[in-house]
Amino acid sequence: MATLIEANLQKNTAVGIGAVIIHPRIVRLTHWVNAGAMIVMIMSGWQIHNAYPTLPFRFPDVLTLGFGLAGALQWHFAAMWLLAVNGMIYLSYGVMSGRLRRKLVPIYPSAMLRDVRAALAGRLKHDDLSVYNAVQRVLYVGVIGAGVLVVISGLAIWKPVQFRILTTLLGDFDNARLIHFASMTGIVLFLMVHVVMALLVPSSLCAMVRGR
Amino acid sequence: MSRDPRSPHPDTPLILREAAKRLDRPTRRLFLRSALGLGTLTLLSGCDIMDGTSAEQALGRISDFNDRVQAWLFSPTRLAREYPESDITRPFPFNSFYTPNSPEKAPVIDPVRYRLNVTGLVADSSDWTLDRLYALPRVTQVTRHICIEGWSAVGKWSGVRFSDFLRRTGADLRAKYVTFRCDDQYTTSIDMPTALHPQTILAFWFDDDVLPRRHGFPMKLRVPTKLGFKNPKHIGEIEVGNDYTGGYWETYGYNWFSGL
Repeated sequence: MATLIEANLQKNTAVGIGAVIIHPRIVRLTHWVNAGAMIVMIMSGWQIHNAYPTLPFRFPDVLTLGFGLAGALQWHFAAMWLLAVNGMIYLSYGVMSGRLRRKLVPIYPSAMLRDVRAALAGRLKHDDLSVYNAVQRVLYVGVIGAGVLVVISGLAIWKPVQFRILTTLLGDFDNARLIHFASMTGIVLFLMVHVVMALLVPSSLCAMVRGR
Repeated sequence: MSRDPRSPHPDTPLILREAAKRLDRPTRRLFLRSALGLGTLTLLSGCDIMDGTSAEQALGRISDFNDRVQAWLFSPTRLAREYPESDITRPFPFNSFYTPNSPEKAPVIDPVRYRLNVTGLVADSSDWTLDRLYALPRVTQVTRHICIEGWSAVGKWSGVRFSDFLRRTGADLRAKYVTFRCDDQYTTSIDMPTALHPQTILAFWFDDDVLPRRHGFPMKLRVPTKLGFKNPKHIGEIEVGNDYTGGYWETYGYNWFSGL
């Protein structure tokens, strides 16, 4: 019975009438699993960077995870499974249910311009949590893209011989490593905006926990 | 399979004391601060993941699982990329397991008195002199050496195909492991499929010259399908066997297979 009601509520959300359930359970679950796995990947990844900094700086040690390089690598190569499997579940659901298409496209340049202006003026509204404005759509599409790129470039530097084609496509090992770093940077920038926004609109955080 | 690197080594306290001695002051400080990093996470998550070795054991088990995944991914025929000579990195970086990281500390080996011991599951366990090794058929590769720290460099190595060498010793090619014990006290081991890969070579020459002391005189195992620390230098003994023997860095938690 409960499932039936929830299914109906989800259907209503989809067509936009009497929307109650904003995020179905699988989206909420994969969101938080991803948040945890991503934070472990980022913190251990920073320590791996510190072992031989490609860019001329080190991440502060309090922000890194793992006992030395060996420990950081163990965390990184453990959490990668969680990140990849969870990400595949999320993307498969999003594509097959049509949720990603429904929520994230189309993105019109005119709407983007309007919403960026509104955002800068502090007037961008997010009253209807079930509908994303153009700025949100761009950010969410962007972070999904960065997430896919971070996994592909990760595979390219983890297995440059077995996945040689990926490494070659990304411009060989050293370049693929920079791309891995750049996509991590994109994800971290998104994360900062995302967390600030969630705190500014607490109902959105609530919706990602309770569903509505 | 006798392989269980996670069970406490009888010499654990000794190894740890040795490890601490190896750390210079800034590194030791760093270690302590990384521990603090974990502490921060403890505050955030409300559960103490530093407490007990359960997290460490779980990570060790996942690392073992990753060994199996990598063995499954490994293709005996897929080749590492070979580069034109114009891509060779000069000077080629020096890196060692000992501290300070200085070529001055590399072992001095007398080429006349040098002998390579071949032990374990081999038909012919007679020692090899350098003259006998130098007379073996020679192949050359220009490949990328990738260090676990993240840096990489392209070098040129020449020597005998390791599969060729193993056949000449009448090694049991169905054995699981090949272990390397080096004259600088370094050790590591690799899986038999990688040992038989066509690009795995015993290198005696580097950049068209005799392999210099800093890069592993008289010989280095060049494995372009594995990370740098699986490419031992100054090899003194090669053992073929079915018992897991691990290696120096593996003792510190670095992944054993470490394939590329």
